[in-house]
Amino acid sequence: MSPHNRNQWIDWGLKLYILLSFAFIFAPIAASFVFSLNVDRFPSMPLGGFSTIWYEAVYADPLVWEGLRNTLVTGVVVSLTATAIGFGAAYTDFRYRFFGKPVYLALALLPPTIPVVILGLAMLAFLANIRLSGEIYSVIIAHVVMCAPFAMAIIRLRLSQMDPSLEAAAWNLGASEWMAMRHVIVPFCRPAIFAALFITMAVSFDEFAVAWFVSGLHETLPVKVLGFLQGQVSPRINVIGTFVFLVSMTLVVLAQLLLMKRSAAPKAAGKVE
Amino acid sequence: MSTEALVVFDGVIKKFGQFLAVERVDFEIRKGEFLAIMGSSGCGKTTTLRMLAGLEAPTEGEIRLAGKRINDLPTWQRDTPMVWQSLALFPFLTVRENVEFSLRMRKIEKAERQRRVDEWLERMQITEFADRNVAHLSGGQRQRVALARSLVTEPEILLLDEPLSALDAHLKVRMQTVLSNLQRELGITFVYVTHSQSEAFSMADRVVIMSRGRIEQIGNPQEIYRAPRTKFVAEFLGSSNIFSGQVTTAGNGMIRIATPAGEFDAVSGAAKALGKGDKATFVVSDDRIQLSNQRPETGNALRASVVGEEFVGATAVVHLENPAGGLELKAQKSHEELEHLDLSPGAQVWLSWRPEAAHILPGE
Repeated sequence: MSPHNRNQWIDWGLKLYILLSFAFIFAPIAASFVFSLNVDRFPSMPLGGFSTIWYEAVYADPLVWEGLRNTLVTGVVVSLTATAIGFGAAYTDFRYRFFGKPVYLALALLPPTIPVVILGLAMLAFLANIRLSGEIYSVIIAHVVMCAPFAMAIIRLRLSQMDPSLEAAAWNLGASEWMAMRHVIVPFCRPAIFAALFITMAVSFDEFAVAWFVSGLHETLPVKVLGFLQGQVSPRINVIGTFVFLVSMTLVVLAQLLLMKRSAAPKAAGKVE
Repeated sequence: MSTEALVVFDGVIKKFGQFLAVERVDFEIRKGEFLAIMGSSGCGKTTTLRMLAGLEAPTEGEIRLAGKRINDLPTWQRDTPMVWQSLALFPFLTVRENVEFSLRMRKIEKAERQRRVDEWLERMQITEFADRNVAHLSGGQRQRVALARSLVTEPEILLLDEPLSALDAHLKVRMQTVLSNLQRELGITFVYVTHSQSEAFSMADRVVIMSRGRIEQIGNPQEIYRAPRTKFVAEFLGSSNIFSGQVTTAGNGMIRIATPAGEFDAVSGAAKALGKGDKATFVVSDDRIQLSNQRPETGNALRASVVGEEFVGATAVVHLENPAGGLELKAQKSHEELEHLDLSPGAQVWLSWRPEAAHILPGE
C-alpha cells in the first residue's frame, strides 16, 4: 500500500493501540522492577526512596541461592538434552519418509498443547510410580519433555530452508553419513541449535507449574517465589521477579537475534542470483 | 578420445515403488568423451545420472565403472563428483572452504590441500573471491566454484545435472565454452544431463536421447540431426517434417511411400529392408524443403497453405499446413529466397524436396 492512500487517523489509532498493548504487558513488570528498588515494606505510592536493601536481603538468603542453583542446573541440563532430542527428531523428519510419519510428527509436537496442570499431575503420578519424583532430576525429566518440541520446531524450520541436495552433495564429495552430519547438517543448523538452547533454557528457567508438582524439596526459583508469597508479601519477590525476567528475556532475545540472522542469509543469496 | 568404455550400463532398470523411472538402459560411456543425456523432464535422464553418482541404486542390472561393478558402492566411496542443478554450494563456507571440502573429507594433508585448492581457484579464475562467502557471488562465479569443488580431486569422470539452467542466455553460452574447453584440456569424461538441445548439440561428442525411461537414440549430434532413428527423436528435435504411410513399391535403392497427402519417393539408404505394404515413416528436415509458386517438374511435391512466418535471424521459418494429409509443415529459407512468394496466411504454395533429402526412420 502506498503512503498517500492510507488514512492518517487509522494510522495513528493503530500506533496508539500497539503502544497500549505494550504498556498493558510491561507495566506490571516495570512496576515490579521499580518497587524492587523502593525502600518501603509495602508497594504503595508515593515511593519511599531509592534503596538496594531488598537486593541485599535476597543476596543474603541461602534459600534463594539454593533455588537459583537448582534452576540453573535444571536449565543447563534441560536445554542440552532437549536440544539434542529435538535435533534428532527434526533430522528424522527431514531425512526419512516412513509409514505413520504424520502420527510421529503429531506426537513429537504434542506436549506444549497439554495443559501444564495436567502435564504436571501426570508427571508426578508417573515419576512417583517409578520412584523418580521429588528429586532435581525429576524436574529435569519433566522439563525435557516440555522443551524438546520447542527445540524440534526451531531446528525443523531451519532444515526446511536447506537445499535438499546439500547433504547428498556432501556424500558425493566423499563425506560419509557421519561426516556429512558433522560438516554440513550441524553447521547449517548452528544458529537454530543455539536458538533452541536459549529458548529451552528460558522455558525451563521460569516454568512453575510442573516444577511445583515434581520438585519436592528441590525447589526451583519460581517455586520458591510461591513459598515467599504464601508466607509474607515481601519486596524480595520483586527482586527475584526482576532477575528471572531479565535472564529469560536475555535468552529469548539472543535466540531471536540468531533466528533473524538465519533468515537474513538466504535472502542475501537470492538477491545475487 | 578413445572408444574404450569407462562406464557400462548393463540392462539397468530403476523403479520407485510402482513407478518405472528407467525402463531398461544399455549403453557405454567412453573414456574422455563429452556425453550429453537429453530428454524432456521425467524421461529418466537425471535418475540415470544419479545411479552413476551412487545416489540411487539400480533395481535391476549392473553399472560398471572401469570394469568394476559399482551397484552397491556408496557414493562417498566413488570418485564420481556431480555438479548440481542448484549447485548445492555450502552456504556457511567460503569459496576456498567449499573447494577444499572433498579433500578434507578424504583426509588429504593440509599442505597438499592448500596447493590443490590454490591451483583450482586459479584455474577457474576465482582466486580473488577465495575468502568470500558463496552467497555473495554472481551466478557465473558460483558456477565456477561448483566446478572447482567437483574437479579438485581430479576425478576420471564429472557428472553435470543441468548446471546451466539457472543462468541467463548470454552467460549460458559463455559457460558452455568454459565447459567445452575444460573438458578438452583435462581429457576427462563429462556426462552432461540437459533438456536443452542447443546445450547438448553444441558441447557433446555424443548425445543420448531418452524418453519415458528408455533410450531412443545414441549418436553424435550430426548423425542424430540428419538421421533420427524414431519419430520421437524427429519430433523432439523439432526441425523436421514427418510423413507416415505405406510402401507401394520398393527396389533399386528407391522406395515409394503412399501417405494421406500423396505418394513420395525416398532413397532407401540405411533403412531396414522394406517391402510392399510395410508401414514407413520418413522425415525431411526444414532446411531441405524448397518453396515455389508452381509445381516443380521433378522430385516430390506437395501443395500446402501458409499459416505464418517466423523470423530466425538471417533466415525465416515458414509454417504451413496440408489439411488433407493432416500435416503441419515447415520450411527454413533465407529472406531472399522468400521474396518472390506470397506468404500471407492462407496463400497456397508448393513444397518440394529431392528423394535424397527424405530420411526413412529405421526405428519405426
